Amino acid sequence: MKALLLKRLLQLITVVWGVGTLTFVLMRSLPGDMAYRIAASRYGQDNVNSDAAALVREELGLNQHPLEAYWHWLTDLLQFNLGNSMVSGLPVIESVQHMLGHSMLLAFAGLMVSILIAIPLGLLSAWRGNPLDSVLMGLSSAIRAMPVFVVGVLFVLLFALHLGWFPVAGYGTFAHLVLPAVTLALSLAAVSNRVVRDSAKQTFRAAFYQFSKVKGLTAWQTFHRHGVRNIAVPVVAFFGIQLVSMIEGIVMIESLFSWPGIGHGLAHAIFARDIPVIQGAALAMGVVFVLLNTLVDLLCLWIDPRGVEQ
Amino acid sequence: MTRLFIVLISVLGVAFSGQSMAKPTPENTLSVSAAFEFTSLDPSKNGYIFSRMQIIETLLDVDANGVLIPALASHWSVSKDAKTWTFDIRQGVHFHDGSLLDAAAVVNSLNIALQKHGALRKAPIEQIAALGEHQVVIQLSSPYVVLGAVLANYANAILSPSAYAQDGEVLALSSTGPYQLYQFSPPHKLVVEKFDDYWGKKASIPYASYLTGHRAESRVLQARSGQADIVFGLDPASLPILKRLPNLTLHSNAIPRTIVIKLNSEYAFLKDIRARQALSDAINRVGIARGVLRTPGAEAEQIMPASMSNWHLDVPNKVSDGKAKAEALLAELGWQKNADGYLEKQGEIFTVRLITYADRPELTTVATAIQAQWEAIGVKTKVDVTNSSAIPMGHQDGSLQAALIARNYGFIANPLAVLLADYGQNGGGEWGAMNWHNDAVSALLSELEQTTDTQVFRQKAQQVAQFIYNERPVIPVTSYVQQTSVSNRVKGFRFDPFERRFLLNEMEFIR
Repeated sequence: MKALLLKRLLQLITVVWGVGTLTFVLMRSLPGDMAYRIAASRYGQDNVNSDAAALVREELGLNQHPLEAYWHWLTDLLQFNLGNSMVSGLPVIESVQHMLGHSMLLAFAGLMVSILIAIPLGLLSAWRGNPLDSVLMGLSSAIRAMPVFVVGVLFVLLFALHLGWFPVAGYGTFAHLVLPAVTLALSLAAVSNRVVRDSAKQTFRAAFYQFSKVKGLTAWQTFHRHGVRNIAVPVVAFFGIQLVSMIEGIVMIESLFSWPGIGHGLAHAIFARDIPVIQGAALAMGVVFVLLNTLVDLLCLWIDPRGVEQ
Repeated sequence: MTRLFIVLISVLGVAFSGQSMAKPTPENTLSVSAAFEFTSLDPSKNGYIFSRMQIIETLLDVDANGVLIPALASHWSVSKDAKTWTFDIRQGVHFHDGSLLDAAAVVNSLNIALQKHGALRKAPIEQIAALGEHQVVIQLSSPYVVLGAVLANYANAILSPSAYAQDGEVLALSSTGPYQLYQFSPPHKLVVEKFDDYWGKKASIPYASYLTGHRAESRVLQARSGQADIVFGLDPASLPILKRLPNLTLHSNAIPRTIVIKLNSEYAFLKDIRARQALSDAINRVGIARGVLRTPGAEAEQIMPASMSNWHLDVPNKVSDGKAKAEALLAELGWQKNADGYLEKQGEIFTVRLITYADRPELTTVATAIQAQWEAIGVKTKVDVTNSSAIPMGHQDGSLQAALIARNYGFIANPLAVLLADYGQNGGGEWGAMNWHNDAVSALLSELEQTTDTQVFRQKAQQVAQFIYNERPVIPVTSYVQQTSVSNRVKGFRFDPFERRFLLNEMEFIR
């Protein structure tokens, strides 16, 4: 356990340095003049001109050597300072918190709903087999094959426009969370219910499972004592991966529902060449990635403690 | 595990109920949706949002016809030599922080604005000084008739002295508008609350919110569902559906913004006026206005709309198909179509790289329409979609050949300020002509800077418009029509063609 945590801590430090450095190099090597890009984001399309770019260049010291800028960033980072946004001038940490908070909220809500859908459906289809299994397989493939924004638009049309139950877009109340979370959940559950089903099927077929039935336990006792833990390990690991990829990859949902998440914020920061925000967001995502992975590992270890003894 | 779920869900529930219990509710809040994001409190950066949401105000205001009217200055006068401007500051005006507006606050705000990016820096200002408590005098080194319009620009909003940090950074948006800032969550959401001590027409609607809707489709859905009371910048394709809905009313208003093609007049193939004329003739404006933008009648052959009558020539748009004329003009210049159908002269093919930007989605579709129309006369056209900053950058480094842009001629209420920047000097400006040297226009514009007589002003302005029309340093394509939907629960909506204010304080909810 201690070794695992120590290993992950080291990993965290390398990820932070690696991600920050890589984004710095990549952003600096993009063609075009940063000062103009930043000026366009700051002052708006009607008011961007070379005077604005010159002002930006002078204010932000964009003329300094890239290595010098990199050194500044690194020393700031060592003091846990992510700097200020080049566009808004606000501390990066604030906007990253704002964006990451909203992304995590949406991701967790989506994951929870997807678990509520995927586990019962997966178990049911492993237990009952065909024709239910094939029907669910077809349905899952169909949903998975649709781009997530199509699912979102369909939900908006039905629940926001036709029925008027939920708002179309925005954030701030529970009602605003429902549609993006359900959209996300459905696209996640389309895959994860298959993982649950495969894992359950494998367990149901296993010799130890058959034996426990033979020795006289009821179906429920067998499932409870010998099924749950065995099914859970790959499922929890998969949910963990889904959660991580979600926090990073729900740009489409965020922009469809005007949700101020980190994927959307990162995309805009890249358009604007707002390097500190890009670095801050990428760093935060890297850290979240390592932390969630650690959490999932610990959870799997708790479910299946055999790993420790090995 | 079940317990964990319950805990998690209740935590989420508590977190949200806390937010939804805040004072603004859908019943008492007018919700506005538009495309633009905001990142900063500084009026020099995102003032256009704060001015539209009526938080900030300026010394002078602009009416629907573009005429300057009193605002925070109750009266103003200009000396005979047009170099001394005196403003009487309105008395009894409260800032949102409770303090009273006086001459010192105005001087402070304007001096800070002078240090930042904006049109005021271009004005030949010698000194801004307070004369007693209720008068401000601006001393110029040379006459500058557009100063009044420049002062009405959002970047020169008057804020309470306590709103600024030592270095001029804006810490709070304490101005004098009928609404004050209630919630500021960049880049998406802004909520304003009515200000009871407002000096003018007090607002009736308690709260108003602004939500950035990036995608035109999302905004249309917000209008359809009634989630947003007022939606600006509707996608023309959605208008037929919206028209059929009983719960909202659509407004189409012309605004002084024009889609124009900026040309590099030094670029070898575009040097001759006839080549630029041919490119202009080849464009089917009626088709673009009708088929692409779905705003029939928006076709434009002049940069300024008819509403800016000083700068608009009284000539009819050419309706006939200009393709044949364009081909004839190019043949006159020695261009012959080669086997591939492209124009060729001395082994060179007539190619143009047209750049545009994605900030305004209609520009990319118009660009591809123009590409097809230019290719039809044999001009090899490449469209590059980039960022708006590529236009000033391409102008400065000389790499720009042609650019499709949406120019806002009402950005400063007096179009002369925009024309001075676009056509005034050294062959043009970053958002106007490029390498177009016309001494007569330069002279006329600098004379206009000092012309106070309205008759003379009009005469000279018309001459400038005629030169631009004849020589085509830029090619106008269409003017803009702003499409807005307004929920039927709102009464008193009025559109400000200069897009300075949403006029929230004139609106009421129908009970």
